[in-house]
Amino acid sequence: MRRLFSPLVILALWQAASWLGLISPRVLAAPSDILAAAWKLTLSGALLHHLLVSLGRVVAGLTIGLGLGTALALVSGLSRLGEDIVDAPMQMLRTLPFLGLVPLFILWFGIGEAPKIALVALGSLFPVYLNLFAGIRGVDRKLVEAGQVFGLNRAGLIRHVILPGALPSLLVGLRYSLGVAWLSLVVAEQINANAGIGFLIADARDFLRTDIIVVGLLVYAVLGLAADAMVRTLERRALRGRPSLMAAR
Amino acid sequence: MTDAVRVRGLTRRFGQTVVLNRLDLDLAPGEHVALLGRSGSGKTTLLRALAGLDPAPEDAEISLPRPVSVVFQEPRLLPWKSVWRNVALGLQGPNPRARAEAALAEVGLGRHLDAWPATLSGGEAQRVALARALVRVPRLLLLDEPFAALDALTRINMHALLAELWHVHAPTTLIVTHDVDEAIQLADRCVVLEGGRLVADVPVDLAYPRDRGHRDFIALRHVLLRCLGVDPA
Repeated sequence: MRRLFSPLVILALWQAASWLGLISPRVLAAPSDILAAAWKLTLSGALLHHLLVSLGRVVAGLTIGLGLGTALALVSGLSRLGEDIVDAPMQMLRTLPFLGLVPLFILWFGIGEAPKIALVALGSLFPVYLNLFAGIRGVDRKLVEAGQVFGLNRAGLIRHVILPGALPSLLVGLRYSLGVAWLSLVVAEQINANAGIGFLIADARDFLRTDIIVVGLLVYAVLGLAADAMVRTLERRALRGRPSLMAAR
Repeated sequence: MTDAVRVRGLTRRFGQTVVLNRLDLDLAPGEHVALLGRSGSGKTTLLRALAGLDPAPEDAEISLPRPVSVVFQEPRLLPWKSVWRNVALGLQGPNPRARAEAALAEVGLGRHLDAWPATLSGGEAQRVALARALVRVPRLLLLDEPFAALDALTRINMHALLAELWHVHAPTTLIVTHDVDEAIQLADRCVVLEGGRLVADVPVDLAYPRDRGHRDFIALRHVLLRCLGVDPA
């Protein structure tokens, strides 16, 4: 409760400054106006519509990025040959600031949904790849040996020892990927969008509606928090029985 | 196929260092042999070679009864599997849970079937490791300093448990240890590894229960300590 005190005071000061005309609505709308705008957008269904469009892009991009990242990490993590083939190009690509690829993506994929989804996919690919690869390679050798001694073949080792051992790393990668996915979405939705939270913000900018811009930003924040909470829940379920790992988070 | 172990000409080197130098080892069926040696003498290397964990050099002749089970110094339980699933890991055949349950009951952990390894004490975890080794009905049991990480009281209990289990199952056993008293307490025979070869082979002809304060026990301890380069006086 005590931690809520200072944000509430800031909010009150902000509101007061807006009422007194110290902050022009063209710079930043008053909290009350933002709330009103959010309410209006909710009632009209516009917010939900744009939200669903944005969510659709993130889900599509994440599905591709996580799927591809996981598959590549398995290939390079589980075999030396795979590492030689996959890891070097991945390590090179990852040093590229992927948001800089937007111009190329527009040329390749046009200005429809494809470049937006591709950007989210590319952004979320690397965290999950890097973490899962490191996780597979970091599995305790001693546990692998124990598995070997007790008759596990290669498939059994992967299933019972290596993948469960790499799971915490995969989940860390997943959390990073989700964060990057939202970031990519914000950038991607600046590309000629006609729906989505990013479009809502860009459209509001043209009409100097700072209240709607802030509503859009808040929605991004809430989505990010929700995604994080989702992964935490997933972690708690997937990592039960591992108190040391749970405590480390 | 007999339950005897026969090793001839086993050589292992790491870089320039020769750890095992054309080593020969024989274990009679059902025999319990303690392998003693100073730290770094290659005890664990020999055990790993027998367990098949390191690629065996081609010129060595190794014949072992199978299946082989190993108990390591650390329990090496998979933290993401419950106790009984750890015991049943890689177990072939029907009804793994019932067999795991029976093995856990034997080591006194029949009520911890669904516990997570992280919730066990060191002694309990090592007993699970013992159950995991026994559930496969090994004909050769390899123990790599299995009680070294346990406190003295737990170790005494584990010695009693192992003797009891030997009574029921009779696998040929090689137990690696650096603890001379433990070796005399448990083994039918002690061998000492030094310079890559077995330099001493000492039968332990003491009646059970073996009393550490007994004259013959002390005499044997002195013999073995001398083999290990320690002056017992």
